[in-house]
This record gives sequence, structure tokens and C-alpha cells, in this order.
Amino acid sequence: MDLAPGLEFEREVFLLETQLAELEKQTDRTPEAEETIRRLRGEVNDALRALYSNLDPWQTVQVARHKNRPYTRDYLNLAFDEFVELHGDKHFGDDRALLSGFAKIDRFKVMIVGHHKGRTYKERAASHFGCAHPEGYRKVMSKMRLAEKYKLPLICLIDTPGAYPGIGAEERGQAQVIAESMFKMSRLQTPVICVVIGEGGSGGALGIGVGDRVAVLEHAYYSVISPEGCAGILWKSHQYAPKAAAALRFTSRDLRGLGVVDDVLPEPLGGAHRDHRQMAACLKSYLTRTLTQLEAKPIDELVDERYEKFRRIGQFIEEPVAPAAAS
Amino acid sequence: MATVDNPSSSASSNLDAVNGSSSAAENGAENGSATSPKKRGVPEGLWIKCPGCSASVYRKEVERRANVCPKCEHHFYVSARERIAQVLDEGTFEPMDEHLRPTDPLEFADRKRYSERLLSEQRRTGLTDAAITGTGMIRARRVAFAVTDSAFIMGSMGSVVGERLTRLIEWATRENMPLIIISGSGGGARMHEGILSLMQMAKVSAALARYDQAGGLFISVLTNPTMGGVAASFASLGDLVFAEPKALIGFAGPRTIKATIGIELPEGFQTSEFLLEHGYIDRIVTRKNLKSEIARAIDYCGK
Repeated sequence: MDLAPGLEFEREVFLLETQLAELEKQTDRTPEAEETIRRLRGEVNDALRALYSNLDPWQTVQVARHKNRPYTRDYLNLAFDEFVELHGDKHFGDDRALLSGFAKIDRFKVMIVGHHKGRTYKERAASHFGCAHPEGYRKVMSKMRLAEKYKLPLICLIDTPGAYPGIGAEERGQAQVIAESMFKMSRLQTPVICVVIGEGGSGGALGIGVGDRVAVLEHAYYSVISPEGCAGILWKSHQYAPKAAAALRFTSRDLRGLGVVDDVLPEPLGGAHRDHRQMAACLKSYLTRTLTQLEAKPIDELVDERYEKFRRIGQFIEEPVAPAAAS
Repeated sequence: MATVDNPSSSASSNLDAVNGSSSAAENGAENGSATSPKKRGVPEGLWIKCPGCSASVYRKEVERRANVCPKCEHHFYVSARERIAQVLDEGTFEPMDEHLRPTDPLEFADRKRYSERLLSEQRRTGLTDAAITGTGMIRARRVAFAVTDSAFIMGSMGSVVGERLTRLIEWATRENMPLIIISGSGGGARMHEGILSLMQMAKVSAALARYDQAGGLFISVLTNPTMGGVAASFASLGDLVFAEPKALIGFAGPRTIKATIGIELPEGFQTSEFLLEHGYIDRIVTRKNLKSEIARAIDYCGK
């Protein structure tokens, strides 16, 4: 495992892990060293369990943004058997923040689309850290059409801070493409599974988020606005981001409680960034299980249920109507 | 660009998108409620200064012209109720779903509790939430009609706005009725109801997709401002999209964009005219002509 300091709240675990890694490097270990290793392993696991079973919302955001967190490309490598990238939006350009293509997973041939933040500096610069432009949404909409036409189930991996806010993005219709994508996904005549793997950043996330099943990884978050953005507007300073994070109720547990997601996928001990393989295996088993369920349903029924699922979301008070109180 | 050089700023500055320009607007609303309750409308006083041309114009004259400046055609704010009076035939409007009331599902509190904010907004505007929906006649053509009022928490969409619009669209689908939605929202998706607000975008868009499939005619009218999650859902999904002149329309708020890219925004950026030039709206329609333009479009579409 690649040890990277990063999360402030993990400092103690990091020190233990560093110590452990040092000892594990030694080739001939004394019985005492073996004993220390065992003890340290136990301590690391206990510390991680204590931390991760009780992350506060702001810590969750930091885990969801962790630079070692598995991205769409990692899942393509680890959970899928093949990925054939399809680039063209046939309008303007190839947005590197949204990837799309044919993929195989278990016995299924699927269409996959996903935000990709990028691991290297070059990739991250090209993808604007996973913030898609309108051409990205146009690209994935064209792949959705293809999936519908050839009866390929659609899998959407969501991981974006938000759709890109820039001059070109506005000129090319950022608001319009996100609206259009939701509009089309809601009636797409093929099964659709959406999984928030890291950051579910508002409209940019929802633009590929209308599915028969919507799942979220345990330490991912899905929000109407970033905690920094919310703090800037309502508390007048980004410093209040941890407060905003708590107020927005966007952790996996909250999302399920609010009826916004169907499933929460457990992460490996200490978060997905500690064990990409295990996380990918969990995602793979979720996807194949869900694909099996969805393919058994007639498509009309599936699309009606998809409508009803989103139709139910929202909370309000319905006051009794007096018989003659029409106006 | 700034974000490329500075990863941490990209994470934080990028995200206000669905909430559009709510920060600037929020300030306006709050100051408005603190100082004068009518600040967002035509200002009090016999003479008012037009923000479009800086001329002093006679208030009565502005009101007589549907809140449009007689000198420069600047379109002032109009409330949802005034809008109904301007667009629908007199006495024909029948509201729907007035009995839906907002609640506070997250028990959200910033510097003020959301539940208190709702009460004060309701008192200030006389509205129960930011959208009024119902049916009425436009030059004797019956329509399903909705209008959002940008004075109520920035015209932002929470559960009640989403539910009222969805019920209206479903009703219009069943009744095979043309649908007119006049949008004014600086706030986009309402932060105070968190993810539930975001999901209203999907809910309303899905209802519009069904309406579209059933052959319904949807005319979307964009007014100043239409931003964020409202622009990125129903407001952009019209078969026909009209906009009032010089309205601010876009996804990300200008301040967010400026903070992200670090350069001055071009003159006229995100205005109705900018959107027309880039191919995203069908017609810019002055307020005076809105009613007749809608009626004519309905006739062309044979509805």
C-alpha cells in the first residue's frame, strides 16, 4: 500500500502505519519484532475502525476527495474485464472529465460513463479535476442513445466536484445539457445503474445520475452544493465549510434516510483509498447482482419504476383542503 | 486556468453551480428584508432611478407599463401575482396545490433556522413557497401555468416547488393542456433542503419527459434571473424557450466563474442576448408582448 499522509484526522494512524511498514521491510525479524508487528497491526485496525465507523461529515468530504481514492479508471481496470473507450461528442470536443465506452463485467456487456478526476498532474489538468464541460455531457448522451439502441445496460460512475463553471461552458450550454441529460435518462429504454464513487457534486453529478438504482459508496457524499460554496453563501466565509457539511446532511447514511439512494456499498477498513482491489470487488459484485435483477424486468416496467422512484423524493406538508377553499 | 494551477481552489470554488448566483442574490434578499420590504420590486417613492439607464423615472408610469422603464425598456422585477395578472386573462386563474407547505427536512440552520426563514419569507412575500401553479386562460386558450417568484428565497426550488411543478405537469399531461412556466430564480436548487432540492431537478425533468412523449407543448419563459438548478432543469426544457430582454441566465453564477478563472467576464455575458446569440433561446420577448407571443405560439402548435 502506498502510504500518503494527507488526512489530518488520520495522523496517528499514519504514524502507526509508517512504523509498521518499517518493521515489515526487515527480512530476518526477531520474535520480538514479529510480536510488535502483530501488535501494531491490531492497533492500526482498531484505530481505523474507531475513526471510520464515526467519520463526521467534513471528514467524509476529505475521504471522498482523497488523492489516492479509486477513480473511474481504477474501477475500469479492476472491476471490468474490458473497456473500449468511445470519445466523440460529434459536436465540439473530447472532454476528459467524462469517460465513456463499451465494457465487459462478468457475463454482461455494458455501456459505461463516468467522471474521471485523473491521477497524474497531466490527467488532472486535462479533466479540470473531474469538472465536465457541456461537450462531456453531449458525449455521454450520445453513448446513452447507443446503449438504448443496442440494449446495453448503462452504468454511471459519479465523481465530480461539480460541472465546470467557465465562459466556454456557459457559451456551450452547461445548464441546457444537464437538463437534457436528466430528461433523456429518465426515459432511457435500458437498465441504468448510477454509483456515486467519490464526490457527488450537485448538477454535474445529477447530469449522469438518473437511474433505476442509485448507490453511493460508504464514504462518498452527494450534495446540492459543495460545503465551501454553501459556507461562502450562507456563512459568508469558506472557513465554515465543516459547519455547512454537517448542515447539508449528505453522507451515505443521510442519503439513504432521505430516500435519495437505494444502496450503500461498504468500503474497506479505513476507506476505499486503502484497498482499491477490495473496493473494486465490492463494486463488481454489486453491479453484477443489480444487473441480474434489472435484466429480469420488462423495460416498460423498469422505466415506470424509475419515474416513480424520483417522483417520490421530497418532503412537504400537505394540509387538508377545505371543500370551498379553491382560491 | 486558475484551477489547473491550484487544485485546492478548484475543489472549493467550483461547486456553486446549481445554486447559481445565489450569493449575490441572497445578499439582496436579506438586505431587502432588513431595510424595506419592497426593495426587490419597484422602489418606493414617486420617482425611481432606473438601474438600466440611470434616469429618474416616474414610478406610476413604470407600473403602468408592467414594470418596464419607459426610457430604456429595462424590465424591473415583477412578483408572481403581478405576473399572473399580466399574462393570464382577468379572473381566469385557478390555483392548484396551494395546500402544499414547505417543511424543514434537514432541520437546517445557518445563521438563521430554515424554519424561521420560511416563516419570514412567507410573511414578507405573502407566498407559501417560491412557485405558484394552476390553470388559467391566455387570450381564451386554457393553459397549465406556473410562475416562480425570485423574491421568495431567491426563487429557489425545494420540495414544494418541485412537487407543485410536477403535479402541474402531470395534470397537463392528462388534460392534454399547453404548459407555460415563467421562471425567475437566482437561487437554483435550494440549499436549505439539501439533496432533496437537487433531486427536484430530476423529478421535474422526468415529468417533462413524459409530458413531451405525450405530445405536450411546453413554453418556458426565462426572466431575470434564471440560474443554477432551475436553469439546469425545467427552464431549459421548453419546446420553445422565450426570455425577457437582458435577463441574467446561466448555470454557474458570475462570481463563481470569475473566482474560478480569475479574469473579467465579457460584456453582456449570461444575458438573454448572449443566450440568443449562442443558440439557446428561441425568442427574446418584451413583457408587453409576452401574452400575445405565447398565444400565437400555442396557435402555431395547434394546441
